[in-house]
Amino acid sequence: MEKENLIQYIYGIADNALILGQRLSELCGHGPNLETDIACTNIALDLLGQTRSYYQYAAKLAGEKVSEDDIAFLRTERQYKNVLLVEQPNNHFGYVITRQFFYDAFHLLLLQELQNSSDETLSAIAKKAIKEVSYHQRFSSDWIKRLGDGTEVSRQKIQEAVNDLWKFTDELFQLTEDDKNAVELGIGVDVSLLKEKYYQIVKETLEEATLIVPELKWFRKGGKEGIHSEHMGYLLSDLQYMQRTYPNMKW
Amino acid sequence: MTIELEQHIDPKLYSILEKVSDPEIPVLSIMDMGVVRYAQVIDNVVQVKITPTYSGCPAMDVIGDDIINAFKKENIEAKVSLILSPAWTTDWITPRGRVALEQYGIAAPLEENADKEALLGNKKIIKCPQCGSTDTKMISQFGSTACKALFQCESCLEPFDYFKCLK
Repeated sequence: MEKENLIQYIYGIADNALILGQRLSELCGHGPNLETDIACTNIALDLLGQTRSYYQYAAKLAGEKVSEDDIAFLRTERQYKNVLLVEQPNNHFGYVITRQFFYDAFHLLLLQELQNSSDETLSAIAKKAIKEVSYHQRFSSDWIKRLGDGTEVSRQKIQEAVNDLWKFTDELFQLTEDDKNAVELGIGVDVSLLKEKYYQIVKETLEEATLIVPELKWFRKGGKEGIHSEHMGYLLSDLQYMQRTYPNMKW
Repeated sequence: MTIELEQHIDPKLYSILEKVSDPEIPVLSIMDMGVVRYAQVIDNVVQVKITPTYSGCPAMDVIGDDIINAFKKENIEAKVSLILSPAWTTDWITPRGRVALEQYGIAAPLEENADKEALLGNKKIIKCPQCGSTDTKMISQFGSTACKALFQCESCLEPFDYFKCLK
């Protein structure tokens, strides 16, 4: 496999963690209560830690011509390969939880396969991350149930988020050219095979939460090819501000 | 990033490594924490490999610097690198470390053979480090640091940190 393909494959996984981590970090000091504030920022921290492991590996593959910071902060919008789901704004807590749950359910299935990758480093990162993501999923699915089976208002709000974010779920299972190359070599995961299991898990949780499973058949995609929603530019200007304003700054 | 399956530490280096503590839980040495996986002298340089408790654990950079400084005090050069596999588990915390945690007011993670139901809060077996009662409940799955959850004792009513069980 060409190194560049592998690097792009790594971005496809790592960018999801970076962008979702960035969204969750926005809640620091703004969570609905102390416990959820701490939970969301803890999850963000796990995701950023995973991102660093992936980017450090990508930088090494690139012959250290770029650093992990360059990868995180100095690419342009089209060079980010995250799915549209993770860049969607926080809106209200129902959206935060639904976005998290929709991603966690996928993330765990992905990592369970990625740990068998023939690439030693990707396998090691996956094995480490599985332990963290299992915790994330427990948190987000608990909240789906609590809000769905809660008060009239909480139920209405979480259902609104589920209906609204549902259209971003199908993209998770789309295979890009880099994905296909990585799968052929036993390095990558064939995400299209995770789809059935994913919707089964999601439906079971939504039903337990007494929520209505959307029947929408129209889905949005593009993020994995670098074509993002209008929210991405704002997110990146926030994320990249320091490195762009003070180039090469370090902690 | 390399893979270090077995802990491989030169006994002569123990006394220095013991002096380095976890910056977020100062009563615990990094040896009791089980994060040091490898320490050997190669060509007069101590090579140390540490593994993070959580991927994003902000303490890792500090621990790396502290190790280098601890050896520097003895006029020894040290180099620290990070390894990810095998992934850290709470089973690597030493018995002495578990006692230190309890005395510090943090409930130690459940042991290897413990009932997984307890993690989900379905069974009450986590002991309050203040009064020893097992009549405790989980308030939040996430606590003051990535490795802890927040609990409360129903008996003495004190809230306390619980070191999350990571397998």
